[in-house]
Amino acid sequence: MNIAIASGKGGTGKTTVAVNLALAVNQNNLDLLDCDVEEPNAHLFLKPNFDFKKEIGIPVPVIDLEQCTFCGRCSEVCAFNAIAVLKDQVMVLEELCHGCGSCAYFCPERAISEHERPIGILESGSAGNIKFGHGCLNPGEAMSPPLIDAVKKMSRPGRVTIIDAPPGTSCPVVSAVNGCDYCLLVTEPTPFGLHDLDLASQMIKKLDIPAGVIINRSDVGDGRVEEYCRDQGLPVLQKIPFDRELARLYARGEPVVLNSPRWQKIFEELFRRTAGNCKGVSRL
Amino acid sequence: MKTVTVISGKGGTGKTSLLASFASLLDNKPVLVDGDVDAANLALITGADILETHDFSASKVAVADPAKCNNCGLCLELCRFGAVAGDYSMDPVACEGCSFCAYACPEGAIEMRDKVSGQWFVSRTTYGSLVHARLGIAEENSGKLVTIVRNKGRELAEGEKKEYLLIDGPPGIGCPVIAALSGVDAALVIAEPTVSGLHDLERVLSVCRHFGVKASVCINRYDLGIEQSKQIEEYCLKQGLVMVGKIPYDRAFVEAMVQGVPVTEYTNGALKDEIVAAWKNFINHPAIF
Repeated sequence: MNIAIASGKGGTGKTTVAVNLALAVNQNNLDLLDCDVEEPNAHLFLKPNFDFKKEIGIPVPVIDLEQCTFCGRCSEVCAFNAIAVLKDQVMVLEELCHGCGSCAYFCPERAISEHERPIGILESGSAGNIKFGHGCLNPGEAMSPPLIDAVKKMSRPGRVTIIDAPPGTSCPVVSAVNGCDYCLLVTEPTPFGLHDLDLASQMIKKLDIPAGVIINRSDVGDGRVEEYCRDQGLPVLQKIPFDRELARLYARGEPVVLNSPRWQKIFEELFRRTAGNCKGVSRL
Repeated sequence: MKTVTVISGKGGTGKTSLLASFASLLDNKPVLVDGDVDAANLALITGADILETHDFSASKVAVADPAKCNNCGLCLELCRFGAVAGDYSMDPVACEGCSFCAYACPEGAIEMRDKVSGQWFVSRTTYGSLVHARLGIAEENSGKLVTIVRNKGRELAEGEKKEYLLIDGPPGIGCPVIAALSGVDAALVIAEPTVSGLHDLERVLSVCRHFGVKASVCINRYDLGIEQSKQIEEYCLKQGLVMVGKIPYDRAFVEAMVQGVPVTEYTNGALKDEIVAAWKNFINHPAIF
């Protein structure tokens, strides 16, 4: 069972929900994967011991100029303008390459091989019973989905996997959320929160994933998010009021469930409700 | 003309609210660009009278014709993006648009079709012209769309002889952020005083360094993490970065957002003074411009 934690808007509390949910349940078959590879933060709260590290790259072409006849076929089949063929030279613009492999396949001289261009680091480890994995995109790198896919591949069948997604609704979020059994959408009751919840809710509808909503800082703002959820038939599974003590614990990187039996109960209950709504519940 | 991108690394630190406030302080109205094309929110504060609407089409998507397909399975074998299903139909969400399958198909059964992935707009607002966009749900190429709105903003600002082009950047450090930082004079990073905020600040600053963009820092809601605020200040001091201001937590931000106005138009108290001071420190600092 894969549960994604997502939100259109950033900073609504995705990581807080993901980490506290994992810690509250804290069972042997639970994995937490942080798929926000641009700004991974869950490890700051979970504080896992990492025991595995691997560089992730995407395959980019290497041209053997001895074999190359400068026919230009590679450049012609490249949809991303990543190869330019000159009179006696071939330029590969590695940052533009999506690693599709088309150029190597179509080269009539078999002059193209591939090497891995590193885009980031994959790490995994554990915190108590929880297995943890995340990816860390290299600063300056634009291509995050292959790294997100690598993090997601760490999810194992027969286990409960909580996936912390990046903000937004475009390709990195789709990479993180696609194929999950349920999605928790974390929002706040403000015009920005509502606008971006609407986008996120359209996204998970398009991907055909059932969802529930968590309203964070639920007492700041207006009532339009709850109205929206009612209209859309989205269940509001939890409301979390603004609390300076919560904010202070968060600022220091301390998960609230470890500091408060009351919040431990709240997140246990949230997990029960989430699992109950999950379409993959039979696989638990 | 000076081009400034407001970014944060971490989402939800207050980029958009502060950018709208800065815009409201300027006598010579700036040109505004909402570079968060995934979840564009600036217009919710500034309002927007849409003057121009343009389609954004930057990619292609593979479409298979089952009548021509001979079920040879080559497309499924070659696709590295998992976009070909068992029945040789194409998943438009997973399709990267690389055209590999279309070139390779021995029956010519796969066609690459242009895909409209979003729209972009030029609007009039109380605080200056606004160029913004709406990327379609679950679409790609947000970096290209950011480049389009950024370039259009620059063209307008140069044409109208504006003093400032203000770009609201997306969260993260990936392709849309890189596009929002490209060719700008300075970045103002809105930092949140939390362990996540500090971690993300360091990462987004390394992106600025990577592309040679001068960055300054403003802490928002500094009083929700006094200790972490100190750490951010020490970090900036060590890195030789200018700290332009520390804005306190205030419910007025959300109240102003609910009213659809910049917080500087909503309140005249100490909060406004802090925002004005941060902006003045930023634009008047000799190390920045």
